Amino acid sequence: MRRLVLPALLVASLAALARDEGSERKPAPPGGGGAAAGTEEHLEVPPPPFSEGIFPCSGCHADLPVDRTRRPLTAMHDDIVLRHDEEHRWCLDCHDATDRDWLHLASGERVGFEESYRLCGQCHGEKLRDWRAGVHGRRTGEWNGRKRYLLCAHCHNPHTPRFKALEPKPAPLPPARPGVRR
Amino acid sequence: MKHLPVKNPPAEPGAPGCSRRRFASIATAAAAGWLLTACGPRRLREMPKERLRQALDEMEREYAARGAAVKVAGTQAMPGVLFGYALDLSRCVGCRRCVYACVEENNLSRDPQVHWIRVLQMDKEKGVDFKDAEPYYQPAEVPEEGHFYVPVSCQQCRNAPCVKTCPTGATWMEPDGIVVIDYDWCIGCRCCMAACPYGARHFNWAQPTVPAGELNPATHFLGNRPRPKGVVEKCTFCIQRVREGRYPACVEVCPAGARKFGNLLDPDSEIRYIIETKRILVLKQELNTLPKFFYFYGT
Repeated sequence: MRRLVLPALLVASLAALARDEGSERKPAPPGGGGAAAGTEEHLEVPPPPFSEGIFPCSGCHADLPVDRTRRPLTAMHDDIVLRHDEEHRWCLDCHDATDRDWLHLASGERVGFEESYRLCGQCHGEKLRDWRAGVHGRRTGEWNGRKRYLLCAHCHNPHTPRFKALEPKPAPLPPARPGVRR
Repeated sequence: MKHLPVKNPPAEPGAPGCSRRRFASIATAAAAGWLLTACGPRRLREMPKERLRQALDEMEREYAARGAAVKVAGTQAMPGVLFGYALDLSRCVGCRRCVYACVEENNLSRDPQVHWIRVLQMDKEKGVDFKDAEPYYQPAEVPEEGHFYVPVSCQQCRNAPCVKTCPTGATWMEPDGIVVIDYDWCIGCRCCMAACPYGARHFNWAQPTVPAGELNPATHFLGNRPRPKGVVEKCTFCIQRVREGRYPACVEVCPAGARKFGNLLDPDSEIRYIIETKRILVLKQELNTLPKFFYFYGT
């Protein structure tokens, strides 16, 4: 399997490169921080955290037939573990089947990866509300001015969203005692 | 009655207690003393603006002479601002990233070790319980099952016991609510440390050491400028950053996004949103210290 995937990845990334040079990213999902159609909010977010060489997805998918049957993936993306209500959901519940460079809402409206928070917010509405208010998630920048947001996917892998455990930094040293060397 | 020839013979019983000469000399000495203190060193708190800048320039020269090239800012509090802080107990994973970001930002001594933030590991079954809190936890990965984490630093009390107890007036609350210390006026008596119920103040028992390459040169005169031995220090909400409009270093580094900061007087601020919509608590509320550091449950 691995033997197959590596060349496939290579081809995919080469294709992606070629596309980038050729047509300036045809689907042009709203550029970083671009205002969403229909919403006037301006949220400054960094580019989505794609795995290297994976985007645009149409690099491979444009030439592939669309198979909407729910199945375990074997030919590609078999490294993705879905631990996110996997009993009820599948790739195409979030990824757009006809143009893979986009996601889609339950209503069918397409949203770019830069605006994936709208997709997450369909189920996690109270998190989206808090995130907009600056209370859920990490903020950098200025407390009274320009705030930089992160997308949900920067901290939560959308396929396995539970926050990853971390290695803690060293514990403080116990207080020094007279005559005792640490 | 024979007397040795002395200048101020003891007064005869019934005579006035003080000669004219003696009164004059004591009064002159007192006046001279008063004049000298008035013209001599002053607390940074009550220094006029022009004089403060001179003093800070002098400070910079002194630091440079000792090999620490730092800028000492004298940024004053913004009007209409009262700083508040909130920490999400349901998000903190106890990774201690904030502790070390603080060490680097605020030029804390590496040896002897000084940490302004102490992360306490607590048992979920016992709740917020200082008696059984564990600051020295060191598992391979956090968060650990059945535990939660309470980082504690200066609570920036509105009714601060440390300020009330300081015998020299070397610590006070600024107009924007930050409790600060004048390191030149602190005599190192540590009364404030005894008064603080949060263990948030730290004493420099030895000359603080910061490796030359790791010194943060952007400092504030009431905050992270290099401290001498024998003075008390503590968290200042990163006064050098927040008075420039930036977030404190611990807020920006927190990977869980558990730390929130803002202006309590601005109804649209993050901090007000938290206070108005979340379950919040302050540590040791029964002591009536009125902290501006809130803990909340974001879920």
